[in-house]
Amino acid sequence: MKRKRKNTLKGFLFVLPFLIGFFLFFIIPFFWSVQLSFTKGAGGTIFAGMENYISVFQSKAFRLSAYNTFRFMLIGVPLLMAFAFFIALVLYRKFYGVSLFRSVFLYPLVVPIAALVLVVNAFFSKDGIINQLYSFMGIPVKDWLNSEAAFGILIFLYIWKYCGYNIVLFLAGLNSIPEDFFQAAQLEGARRGQMIRRIIMPLLVPNFFFVFVISVVNSFKCFREAYLIGGNNPHKSIYMLQHFMNNNFQNLNYQRLSVAAIFVFFIISLLVLLLFLLKNRQGRIEM
Amino acid sequence: MKKKTNIIAIIVLSILAIITIFPLVYTFLNAFNTGSAYGLIPKEWGIRGFYETFVRRPDYLIKFWNSLFIAICIITGQLLVSCLAGYGFSRFKFPGKNILFYLIIILMMMPYQVTLVSNYAILERLNLIGKEAAVILPAIFSPFGVFLLKQAFDMCPTEFCEAAKLDGAGEVRTLFSVMIPRAKAAVASLVILSFVDAWNMVEQPLVFLRSQYQYPLSVFLSQMNERIIGMVCVCGILAALPVLLLFLFFDEDLVEGISFTKI
Repeated sequence: MKRKRKNTLKGFLFVLPFLIGFFLFFIIPFFWSVQLSFTKGAGGTIFAGMENYISVFQSKAFRLSAYNTFRFMLIGVPLLMAFAFFIALVLYRKFYGVSLFRSVFLYPLVVPIAALVLVVNAFFSKDGIINQLYSFMGIPVKDWLNSEAAFGILIFLYIWKYCGYNIVLFLAGLNSIPEDFFQAAQLEGARRGQMIRRIIMPLLVPNFFFVFVISVVNSFKCFREAYLIGGNNPHKSIYMLQHFMNNNFQNLNYQRLSVAAIFVFFIISLLVLLLFLLKNRQGRIEM
Repeated sequence: MKKKTNIIAIIVLSILAIITIFPLVYTFLNAFNTGSAYGLIPKEWGIRGFYETFVRRPDYLIKFWNSLFIAICIITGQLLVSCLAGYGFSRFKFPGKNILFYLIIILMMMPYQVTLVSNYAILERLNLIGKEAAVILPAIFSPFGVFLLKQAFDMCPTEFCEAAKLDGAGEVRTLFSVMIPRAKAAVASLVILSFVDAWNMVEQPLVFLRSQYQYPLSVFLSQMNERIIGMVCVCGILAALPVLLLFLFFDEDLVEGISFTKI
């Protein structure tokens, strides 16, 4: 009994340094935000009830940014996952040069965004390569980064950047499937499509979960690309929740920012909770 | 039959690989572009970009050191904190552990802006705004680092720890001489991924630092509007170089380390 308590203490001591920072920079500030979101005035001293929430949820800028963020996720995440899964299946065939391909696909992960945006500008800015090509062929030029196309470009960058990461995650899952499963299926006369649907997909459910989580995380990170492409006020098709928060921060509108932050926190918590519930129903608790 | 599909697969993959690698090639080619017009291949070749960056306007190099300083501080701190916490979460039971871990996963998914104001408020009270520590300190406590290392430590068989303990090693000793070497790949992945994050920081330095001279390369590059394309590209390469080198050295570890991550 005494030993057990000592062990608990030890474990706690190991986690302590992290916990201090965690509370200082995440937990305490979070409660401040909650408190702030119910106040008005510069010092946040006057109680305002739900006023901030109502005004934020009614504001056009907020609605647009929330809509865009979810649209980006709804389109980007499935596309990225499908694409990565497909490439992982091809790479899983273990031909010569697989590790080279894997490295090439992984490399965008480490390219600094600023260096990448340079290339994007070279192609899509007003006097960029695509417009040069267009004017050469006599097609009217377009300000790509300031049009609906910006959304497509952002989706492309997202897939370009995180595909390798997801490929690696899927490959790890594929490699953990015992060979005999495929051999047995082959003896039974299963076709490749059947093997994918009946063996690979069910066994990879945990991997799909994690790839999904990581893809959502990374879809939020695409704000940096959007910011470097469009600045504080990009084309309205890529005006994200983070733009909304950033701009409110710059206008010292901390209450509005807090409301948006709490909204995002709430949505993500729900998402994680849902994932865990689904996972527990699957009967795989690996935590 | 199998050979034929393999060839098709390789061709498709090669096309995708070329698209993937293209920005790198483009940047390298255009570092030698001395004009101010975009083009696939530079029209006027020269090394003016290099000359401007390294000799005439060496302030880019100062930003480079700022970036390096900030990134190294963050990684060192993050590794220490994450290793300890990862070990604690992986090998011990204590009250509230599961709730904490759940919170860590939620926070890992949160976009940075969510904690921006509150971080600012805390840093202001600690009197750190305008100092490099304001950028470094919050980044040290990374939920992702704890998550990744906890998963990696979970994979290490308990027998190893027990053997170490029988030999008289304490917990800290076990962590540093048994667990961390076993989880080398995960540690290397954490180094690379958090280096990339630290290297790419834009919002934090913009908000938490006061003086232009403290800005890292990433902020500077994002605000750069030079008309000499060669110079912009050279700076882009300068920014990419440390990360690319890390990647070349550790890419096998990165692959292995990422594969540890499961929920």
